[in-house]
Amino acid sequence: MTLGLGAEEWTAILLSLRVALVATLAALPVAIWIAYILARKRFVGRQLLNGLVHLPLVLPPVVTGYLLLVVFGQQGPLGGFLAQFGITFAFRWTGAALAAAIMAFPLMVRAIRLGFEAVDPGLEEAAATLGASRWRILWTVTLPLVLPGILAGGILGFAKALGEFGATITFVAAIPGQTQTIPTAIYGLLQVPGGEPAVLRLVVVSIILAMGALLMSEWLARRMAKRIGRP
Amino acid sequence: MIRVAVKKQLGAFALDASFEAPAGVTAVFGVSGSGKTSVVNAVAGLLTPTTGRICVGDVTLFDHERRIDLAPQHRRIGFVFQNARLFPHMSVLRNLRYGGTYDEARVIDVLGLEHLLDRMPASLSGGEQQRVALGRALMCDPQLLLMDEPLAALDAARKAEILPYFERLRDEVKIPILYVSHDMSEVARLATTLVVMDAGKVAIHGPMGQVLSQPQAVPLLGVRAAGAVIETKVAGRLLDDGLTELLFSGGRLMMPGILGVLGQTVRVRIPAQDVILATEKPKGMSALNVLPVTITQVSQGRGPGVAVGLQAGDDHLLARVTRRSAQRMGLSEGQAVFAIIKATAVGPEDIGR
Repeated sequence: MTLGLGAEEWTAILLSLRVALVATLAALPVAIWIAYILARKRFVGRQLLNGLVHLPLVLPPVVTGYLLLVVFGQQGPLGGFLAQFGITFAFRWTGAALAAAIMAFPLMVRAIRLGFEAVDPGLEEAAATLGASRWRILWTVTLPLVLPGILAGGILGFAKALGEFGATITFVAAIPGQTQTIPTAIYGLLQVPGGEPAVLRLVVVSIILAMGALLMSEWLARRMAKRIGRP
Repeated sequence: MIRVAVKKQLGAFALDASFEAPAGVTAVFGVSGSGKTSVVNAVAGLLTPTTGRICVGDVTLFDHERRIDLAPQHRRIGFVFQNARLFPHMSVLRNLRYGGTYDEARVIDVLGLEHLLDRMPASLSGGEQQRVALGRALMCDPQLLLMDEPLAALDAARKAEILPYFERLRDEVKIPILYVSHDMSEVARLATTLVVMDAGKVAIHGPMGQVLSQPQAVPLLGVRAAGAVIETKVAGRLLDDGLTELLFSGGRLMMPGILGVLGQTVRVRIPAQDVILATEKPKGMSALNVLPVTITQVSQGRGPGVAVGLQAGDDHLLARVTRRSAQRMGLSEGQAVFAIIKATAVGPEDIGR
């Protein structure tokens, strides 16, 4: 069952899915935490943190990719340190996931932060008067009500990670089977004569994946709205 | 026994409230912005006072000098908010059980929640939501119940639907209740003690009948809210005329509507502005209720009105007349006059059990 797709194309698609999924799942807990802090806490340096989080959104992706290469490369300060524990990012699929996660992070934080801001603090007060501890309030009241925001952030992040190009190609290049994702494969195929049919197939796959993600998020959002009792 | 003495500066507003409330329902009454909600929030631990003490029974919830400040979740206080604040993602039953399952069967029964247990909060009416919120507060076994304008968001019909549940709660559940309201009809039906707030301070407090029959309270309560509350007994029902005959120490009152069964105690609020005074017994008049009373006090207000305290048997009534009438009639302390109360002046919302 190849659906008319070549082995190399399949490899790129599966790698893309793996990179995007790992990037989203790894970034999500951190994004929830940062979104919570930005939405609820008032502290010195809040604006700085906010700016830092949003930096990958406004910076040219190639700059982000280059900075990743400098920091996480084999000679980089963090890259060298992590290499001692057998963790390497440069020119590996894990590096592609890291780049995708960093690029998707601001979008995730924004969506989840809106979710936190939409939760009525009065409900948390009510839970406190009913004897619930802070942790119990967070787990039973706040997070369930932020879930639609977390879902939206997750889907948005996944879609962004799936399509990430600039930072990825700069940081980990496009090694077939290792770091070549759908966007970098399309770019590579456009550089060689006769690549158009393969490009077209990958474009169709991209559209299907993006639509699938959107439809799934719609479906989940509707299920959740029903659970919360909104019409 | 609840003892509150708190101070807090909130922007330009200074809260400086102290009062004691015995068991029963204590109403915290005042116009919006008078500090009522700040008081209950301080008791619940949602607002930290700058100085002061808050005690419920033998438990100190807050004491600035002894550095006691229990977290809200450790105060064992049931809080019913103006807009219910039910958890939208939980069924009615899960909402009810969130704080505990104390006396579950009876709470569900008293509040009539049996048929609502599987519903989601969004599908409930405002009155039903408020009943669930009340049940949820009761099931965490509170030592004190706070109710912050629990009926303010409801229309008259929903209020009428839920008030009997509150009355039943007051009579069956023996926990003290602090009830915030700006609606004297509600307060008159439910409260035993009245705390009147004005600009962040407690203006007067004491047993409700006593506070409400003081002429000095009229400017603080507002012309519409001022008026005595008396306890009466149902002595007869005139079904053909649709009237109920009520007896109290000062005489007999005829009220429209069928108000409970024979011998039942009924509370009636008589707004001061609906009491007319006459120096002679009037004849040929449509008003049904004419009571012989003695003037105990004539209190000049700031405006054109004069508040007149009246003794009717062992009970106290309050009338509000214009200064001009008071002068023309020569109203003075100790004078015997007649109080005329129009039966329809007392609305159904002013009559409770």
